[in-house]
Amino acid sequence: MTLHQVSFTVNGKKVSVEVEPRQTLADVLRGQLGLTGTHLGCEHGVCGACTIIVNGEPARGCLMLGVQAEGAEILTVEGASPDEGLSLIQEALREFHGLQCGFCTPGMVMALHHLFSVNTSPTEEEIKEAISGQLCRCTGYQGIVNAAKAVAQRLQAQQ
Amino acid sequence: MKPAPFEYFAPRTLDEALDLLESEGSEARVIAGGQSLVPMLALRLARPEVLIDLNRIPELSRIRQEGSTIHIGAMTRQAHALASSLVFEQLPLLHYGLQNVGHPPTRARGTLGGSLSHADPAAETPAVMLAYKADMVLKSKQGERIIPADEFTLGTFDTAIEPGEILAEIRVQAKPNEGAALVELSRRKGDFAMASAAARVSLAADGTCAEAHLIVGAVAPVPLRFDAVTDALKGQKFSEAVVREALELMDLELFEFDNEDISLEYRRKIGPVMAERALLQAFKRAEGMQK
Ligand SMILES: Cc1cc2nc3c(=O)[nH]c(=O)nc-3n(C[C@@H](O)[C@H](O)[C@H](O)COP(=O)(O)OP(=O)(O)OC[C@H]3O[C@@H](n4cnc5c(N)ncnc54)[C@H](O)[C@@H]3O)c2cc1C
Ligand code: FES
Ligand code: FES
Repeated sequence: MTLHQVSFTVNGKKVSVEVEPRQTLADVLRGQLGLTGTHLGCEHGVCGACTIIVNGEPARGCLMLGVQAEGAEILTVEGASPDEGLSLIQEALREFHGLQCGFCTPGMVMALHHLFSVNTSPTEEEIKEAISGQLCRCTGYQGIVNAAKAVAQRLQAQQ
Repeated sequence: MKPAPFEYFAPRTLDEALDLLESEGSEARVIAGGQSLVPMLALRLARPEVLIDLNRIPELSRIRQEGSTIHIGAMTRQAHALASSLVFEQLPLLHYGLQNVGHPPTRARGTLGGSLSHADPAAETPAVMLAYKADMVLKSKQGERIIPADEFTLGTFDTAIEPGEILAEIRVQAKPNEGAALVELSRRKGDFAMASAAARVSLAADGTCAEAHLIVGAVAPVPLRFDAVTDALKGQKFSEAVVREALELMDLELFEFDNEDISLEYRRKIGPVMAERALLQAFKRAEGMQK
C-alpha cells in the first residue's frame, strides 16, 4: 500500500506528513501531529467529538481521510483557544456548566466556533441546530445552549 | 474501528476518474462526501481495494440553470445546495428536504450525488428527486445514460448505477411557482426518518389544486409515490378534511418495513400523518406565493 506525502495548514502552521490512505484526518492530527485535543468517540460519524473546521466549514475529523487534507486549512480546538486563558466560548461553557467529563467539549467548541464565525447573534433554534450533530452524555445540553446564548450576548455587547 | 488498507487516487477530471474506475475494476469505489462510505469503511462493512476520490473534480460540483432545467453536479455539497438561492427559488422541495439531512458538519461534506447513490431507504434526497421526476445522468467510458428517478433507486442501498459508472449530474425541471414541504418524524432532528413525506402543490388562479405530488419515504426499500391521493386532490380547495379524505386512498399495503423498534403498524399510522402535514404545508406555501 502506497504512503502519501500530504501538506496542509493546521492552526496557521504549515505541516507535511506521510500518511496511509486509510488513516482518518482525526488520526493524523492526533497521531502524527500530536494534536490530541480533537477527540475520537465513535470513529464512525455519529458523536461529533472529532469536529474540526476545514476550509472554514465544520467537518467530522473521523469521516475525512488524512490524504484528503492536501492543501486544506484546518482549525482544531488547539487553534481555537488563546495561548493563555480561555476563549469566549470556552469561558462560557465553564461558567454555565456546559461540560462535565469534557469528552464532547472539543467538538462542541468547534461547532460553536463555526456558528459564531458565520452568525454573531444566533437564536436558540440556530444554536440547537449548530450542535445537533454533537452528542453529550453528561450535561443534558441545556448548559451548553445557555453558554452559547451568553456568548451571543457578550459578542453583541462588544460591538 | 479503522478502515482496512486501500489505495487512493484523486483524479482532477471526470475522464480521469472514469479511466481509473475502468482500469481498477470491481475492487474500486468512488468516494464523495464520505459521510456514509467512511463509516462503512470504519465498520468494515465495505472493504474496497481502491478509492477514487471525486472531491477534486470541479466540473462535478456546479449548479446552473439552462432554460427551465436546473443542472446540479453530483458533487454539490448538501450545505451548498441548501444555501443556494437558485435551489430555494426554483426547487423549493429540495431546499426543505436538505434541511432534514444530517447536521451542519455532515452537510458541509456530504454531497447530493452521494446521498442519491447511497440510496438509504430513509434518505430524503431520493424522495425529493422522485417527486420532481428528475433525471440522473450517469457517465462511463462507454458514454452517458440518463435514468429517470423512478428507475434509479432500485432498493435498499441499490441503484441503477452499473460498475464503471459515476453519477455526474442531476437534471430537474425548475418549479418556481409551487408550494413544497418535506415533513418527517425522527427521534432527534437530523436523525434518519421513521417516516417522511414530500409534497409539491401548485394552484390554479381560483385557488384550487392544479397539480400535486406526494412521496412517502423510509417505510419501504424505495420511496413510494401516491398518485391516487394527489389525483383526488386535483380541482379541490385544500382543507384538513379534504386532504384526510384523499389520504384514505393511500395504499398502506405498500409499506414494508417492520423492525423491532419501529413496527410496520406504527409506520402505517405515522405515514399518513406525515403526508397530511406535508400536503397542508405545501398548500399553505403555494397560497403564500399567489398573494
Ligand atoms: C451523523 C449522520 C447523520 C446523517 N443523517 C442523514 C439524514 O438524516 N438523511 C440522509 O439522507 N443522510 C444522512 N446521513 C448521510 C449523509 O450525510 C451522506 O452525505 C450521504 O448518505 C452520502 O453522501 P456522501 O457524499 O457523503 O457520499 P459517500 O459517503 O462518499 O458515498 C456513499 C456511497 O455512494 C457512492 N457514490 C458517491 N457519489 C457517487 C457518484 N457521484 N457516483 C456513483 N457513486 C457514488 C459511494 O461509492 C458510496 O458507496 C447522515 C450521516 C451522518 C454521519
Ligand atoms: S469520532 Fe467522529 S463522529 Fe464520533
Ligand atoms: S461533558 Fe461529558 S460528554 Fe459532554
